[in-house]
Amino acid sequence: MPSDAPTDVPTDARAVPEPLEARHVLEFPGGYTRSTGPVIGRFLTELRDRRIVGVRTAAERVLVPPLEYDPATGESVTGEYVEVGPAGTVETWAWVSAPRPGHPLDRPFAWATIRLDGADTSLVHVVDAGGSRAMRTGLRVRPRWRTETSGHITDIECFVPEVTVITAPVRAEYRVRPGRALTRFLEGIRDGVFVGGYCAGCDQVYVPYRISCPACGSVIEEEREVADTGTVETFAINNLPDPRAPEVPFVSAYILLDGADIPMIALVGGIPAHEVRQGMRVRAVWVPPEERTMSMTNIRWFAPTGEPDADLSAGRPGGGD
Amino acid sequence: MREVAIVAFAQTVHTGHDTGLTEAEMLHPVIEEVRRTTGLTTFGFTCSGSCDYLAGAPFSFVSALDALGAWPPISESHVEMDGAFALYEAWVRLQHGDIDSALVYGFGKSSTGDLRQIMTLQLDPYYLAPLGLDQVSYAALQAAALGGDRGALDEIVRRSRADGRANPHALDLPDPSGDGYEVEPLRPYDIAPITDGAAAVVLAAGDLARELAENPAYIGGIAHRIEPHYLGMRDLARSPSAADAARAAGVGKGPVDVAELHVQFSHEEIILREALELPEGTVINPSGGPLAANPVMATGLIRVGEAARRILDGRARRAVAHASSGPCLQHNLVTVLESAAESPEGADRG
Repeated sequence: MPSDAPTDVPTDARAVPEPLEARHVLEFPGGYTRSTGPVIGRFLTELRDRRIVGVRTAAERVLVPPLEYDPATGESVTGEYVEVGPAGTVETWAWVSAPRPGHPLDRPFAWATIRLDGADTSLVHVVDAGGSRAMRTGLRVRPRWRTETSGHITDIECFVPEVTVITAPVRAEYRVRPGRALTRFLEGIRDGVFVGGYCAGCDQVYVPYRISCPACGSVIEEEREVADTGTVETFAINNLPDPRAPEVPFVSAYILLDGADIPMIALVGGIPAHEVRQGMRVRAVWVPPEERTMSMTNIRWFAPTGEPDADLSAGRPGGGD
Repeated sequence: MREVAIVAFAQTVHTGHDTGLTEAEMLHPVIEEVRRTTGLTTFGFTCSGSCDYLAGAPFSFVSALDALGAWPPISESHVEMDGAFALYEAWVRLQHGDIDSALVYGFGKSSTGDLRQIMTLQLDPYYLAPLGLDQVSYAALQAAALGGDRGALDEIVRRSRADGRANPHALDLPDPSGDGYEVEPLRPYDIAPITDGAAAVVLAAGDLARELAENPAYIGGIAHRIEPHYLGMRDLARSPSAADAARAAGVGKGPVDVAELHVQFSHEEIILREALELPEGTVINPSGGPLAANPVMATGLIRVGEAARRILDGRARRAVAHASSGPCLQHNLVTVLESAAESPEGADRG
């Protein structure tokens, strides 16, 4: 049995002596040879062929893995082998978030007792489930076999959950044109103004500009420029990234521009997300004139003006309440 | 059955680290102590419990005999188990009737190796050990099968550690805190600490027991039962073997003032309490139990010693000690200890 000699032997008599300590390894180099006997040997032989078998007891129970004797009675088992699984159901599980050197996987995994289909006892093995949230009693699992099998319990590298979810790719490309009304609105955006449409019959200013009134259906004859300042009516804090937003979290808000009667949806920036509030006064932040195109990207976002909050309870200034 | 009693008990001040003593050096003072207490220098029988894998040395229990002085040759035996099971063997040996005293001891230094991995070596070598299933992982499977209430588990640890702080032989461990998992659902504090230590007990039969102790702790019943080894063949949420052992030892035949249980993981207390059908009023692990000091291979014997001590010093009249072996409470030994007045045969004892 190899034992290494102690390393740090003090040589200076005045120094406090370090405690003597030696590394000592207990090992059977190459492993310890064990006979399997006929019952366990049959199980391991089947395992090498990627089959899982149990053995039937006199009481008609199927033991998996097979034992030589029925643990309930001590009687010899019948010698009748039954293929079980390979799928099974997790009964009990424990989650290892930091695998140890001797563990079967080098990433977080679960130990589990698994009742294989057709078995009356449970197999203790490993489930590679990704995260503990994927584990539950009742989870259906199947073995993942090693590429090379040798007749060893670890021929099953681990069990993995049955397929319950797939990811379906969806992608289509289009060429879209904005239409007459939006083109007109974007012309205004290019020039640094918000163009609205006024319905005289309804006495409502719609922003963005439209060519007909969504309320009465009549043709909108009159353009109205509205201010680039407004009031946050309501808002949402978004935590999922969006290519149109500069960062996460970002705030998208319904902003009622001064002079308009319906709010427009836009980003709010220049303020921490949790400080955005209903009634907050905001102003559009434009990109420099030389960078402007016919695109809403001309407006980075709306930022607080610093004015006192507006009172939303009084209804909309334009009378749209 | 021949009346056999515990007349002396000694244990080390257990440590959470290696103090630099060999096992025999660690053991020697407790042997000295029970010799002083009883005045006996030799014993009719000697039996010890230890595990060679803890130190990684073959026949380390033979080296430990140096702590006794085994010359001229003594009648001696050993179990590769906790010292509590050595006590069972000594009790059986005393039933033969030809000797009146026995020395029992257990010892272990868990600090030397990696206990979690060493305990893998006790598992079935075909189906379990090759998976690398370690001690905390299989205990976590049992905890998950039980599904014990987190508040109740925390309270078991809090109470055990508080009692341990009051026990000069146990470790000083703080109240449990933190919400990380060692292996989910076990938190680090649910697990008994790595501990080095040793313990010794002297058994005496008949008149010798009354000569050696004013108030001997009579073994009113002692029994052990075992379950299948393979975890998938058992209902891990229950311990039928502990229940059977408790019935065979007669736990339910009288009130139980104190129970010392071999609880190495907090959930085991819930399982054992139910299996032993302990009444509400029973004080569990007043020593702090293994959750406050777990010198493996002495821990179960210390349960017997701690239970006996409360009868020897008159604080309890009837006590229960439990010791366990194997994964997930596979093998359980239950001992009922009684003061003379409590035992049915007590009247004969004068």
